[in-house]
Amino acid sequence: MTTLITPPDTAGARVLRGFGGFARARETGILIALVLVIAIATIKNPNFLFSNDGFRDLLLTPSILMLVAVGQAVVIITRSVDLSVGSTLGLTAYLTGRLFIDFPGIPIIVVFLAGIALGAFLGLINGALIAFAKVPALVITLGTLYAYRGINVLWTGSDRINASDVPKPFLALGTQTILFIPVLTIIAVVVLIAAGWYMRNLRGGRELYAIGSDPAAAHLYGLKVTQRVLVAFVVCGALAGLAGVLTTARYGTVNSQVGSGFELDAVAAAVIGGVAIFGGSGTVWGAAIGAYLLLTINRALPILGVEDFWQRAVVGVLIIGAIVLDRVLALRTARKLVEARDK
Amino acid sequence: MTESAITGAPTTVRTYKNYGRPLWRRLLISREAAVIGGLILVVIVANATVYRFGTPITLNYLLLDIMPILFIALPMTLIIVTGEIDLSVASTMGLSSVILGTLHEGGMPIELAGIIALIVGTLAGALNGFLVTVVGLPSLAVTIGTLALYRGLAVGLLGTKAVTEFTEFWTDLAKSKIGDTSIPSVTILFVILAIAFAILLHFTPFGRGIFAIGLNDEAARFSGIRVERTKFILFMLSGVISALAGIYYTLRFGTARGDNATGLELSVIAAVLLGGVSIFGGRGALHGVIAGVLLIGALGSALRLASITSDVINIITGVLLVLSVVSTSFLTWLHKKRTKPGGKKTVIPAAKG
Repeated sequence: MTTLITPPDTAGARVLRGFGGFARARETGILIALVLVIAIATIKNPNFLFSNDGFRDLLLTPSILMLVAVGQAVVIITRSVDLSVGSTLGLTAYLTGRLFIDFPGIPIIVVFLAGIALGAFLGLINGALIAFAKVPALVITLGTLYAYRGINVLWTGSDRINASDVPKPFLALGTQTILFIPVLTIIAVVVLIAAGWYMRNLRGGRELYAIGSDPAAAHLYGLKVTQRVLVAFVVCGALAGLAGVLTTARYGTVNSQVGSGFELDAVAAAVIGGVAIFGGSGTVWGAAIGAYLLLTINRALPILGVEDFWQRAVVGVLIIGAIVLDRVLALRTARKLVEARDK
Repeated sequence: MTESAITGAPTTVRTYKNYGRPLWRRLLISREAAVIGGLILVVIVANATVYRFGTPITLNYLLLDIMPILFIALPMTLIIVTGEIDLSVASTMGLSSVILGTLHEGGMPIELAGIIALIVGTLAGALNGFLVTVVGLPSLAVTIGTLALYRGLAVGLLGTKAVTEFTEFWTDLAKSKIGDTSIPSVTILFVILAIAFAILLHFTPFGRGIFAIGLNDEAARFSGIRVERTKFILFMLSGVISALAGIYYTLRFGTARGDNATGLELSVIAAVLLGGVSIFGGRGALHGVIAGVLLIGALGSALRLASITSDVINIITGVLLVLSVVSTSFLTWLHKKRTKPGGKKTVIPAAKG
């Protein structure tokens, strides 16, 4: 190749290229699946989409999982995993209710900050243990999953927060809509856009991908691996904390078991959305769409005449299907690269 | 060698020490010994301070309660030593419990239903193994998927119903004791399985292959170990043992429900890792794992008797798990720090591996 042909950089070509990229992106497949599920469910029962409640629930239900899945995706991209998010969510949800009971009239924004701060602190403990002691994230966060849940049960006991303990404006936040869009969804989408932009465009985000692709190479290249991994866990914890606050706003009642089992849903959402479990690839967008698909399917199944008992089985098939698809795509890309090299 | 044999010239024989450390240090300064020591310490302290800890009934309930974890910890150890993981074990338990229940409710004798449940468990393990070894997917992601899938099948088959009609002979057997002792009869089955797994892991070429795969699966493949086949067999073993644990769980409590044993996979993995198995693979021993399960069980039982609520047990399980890995990496760091400068403590090359 002696002459380098650059394609004409007209607006039309840019749009075409952008469209090609969109069509080929891994996230598009999940998005199409999501649209299909919504379409089929709506044909079967128009109320699924075309009623006030249906439309609201469609957007509202997955918002909390979406926040946690975004945090989880950031951690998984750095080749770690955070299993303690469910426990973190439970602890912050209880803290939220406790603050309203112990300090009547506390401003809502302070409660939000306190929840996020507690989540970030719990994430910091995870991150510090993993980054400084150089031990596997799976083990540490499995340990803190138990520990945080234990602290939660110890603190809560058989006590529970009821909807009457929480001020009305805060509860309203959980179901309120602005221009037909629930507030919770707006919060989740703002966080998603911020995280997506950071991961795609900023140095910190790109370094997280580099660390996930090859931690040793990233270290040799001079990236601050320890510091970045620590930040990833703090972000994941903070998002789980925010999700905890929103859980209280959404449901009003909090007992000591809120959020148990959430960690697997969050990992599942990320995996369905194309975030490779061994790091270095995938986007937070994918994880967010994965979260939507996961919970929308759950809601669509009863409409399609499948008993809701089978929901988990469908989720399982979905996860396995997603990783098999990723594998096939990866093999095809590898083959193409080899062909291109041998030419 | 052959050259010296032909010429007959006496070559200087270089001898290597078989081990870098003397026998007592190898036996006593190890993760397994620390866990066993911890177990003995807990038992002694609890015996002296906790009222009724030493009574036979405590031992009986302790063993009955942790038996499913003990069962599944055996294949889980082997799987984690190869560097893989199986998160679907508790769901397989639930599935086998439901299959036993529905078939028995349909009029099938328990023996036959149990065998079918074991076969289904084996198939569940085989699907995991297929996806991991043939399709080449990471086991963490695969078994998160099958965790949801098998649990979904279990809940889907039975709904919110529960099957509680079981032949008394079998439910009694699950709770029976050996003679006049307070040890449950099911312990005999466990001991047989534990011996079988210990021989398989520590005294057969297959078992050495498991360690080799965990240390470096490329190298293991080049040295002639059938990596895929080994992993496939281990996942099937995990499936069948999980199904067995599921049958035991069903008979012990006398109910088959779709949500039986939910979340047990994390307890199993916590116990295995506490017992000194490295999550990176290639390191671990069964006696440490069994001591790890017993340690968590004894600690929980002692605390419950001392009327400390069960949540503290969760905290302690978690903290123990974190401490056990952090301490290992701290000790390694300390060892490196001590041996590195000056070269006083030379590392003998032959001692490696």
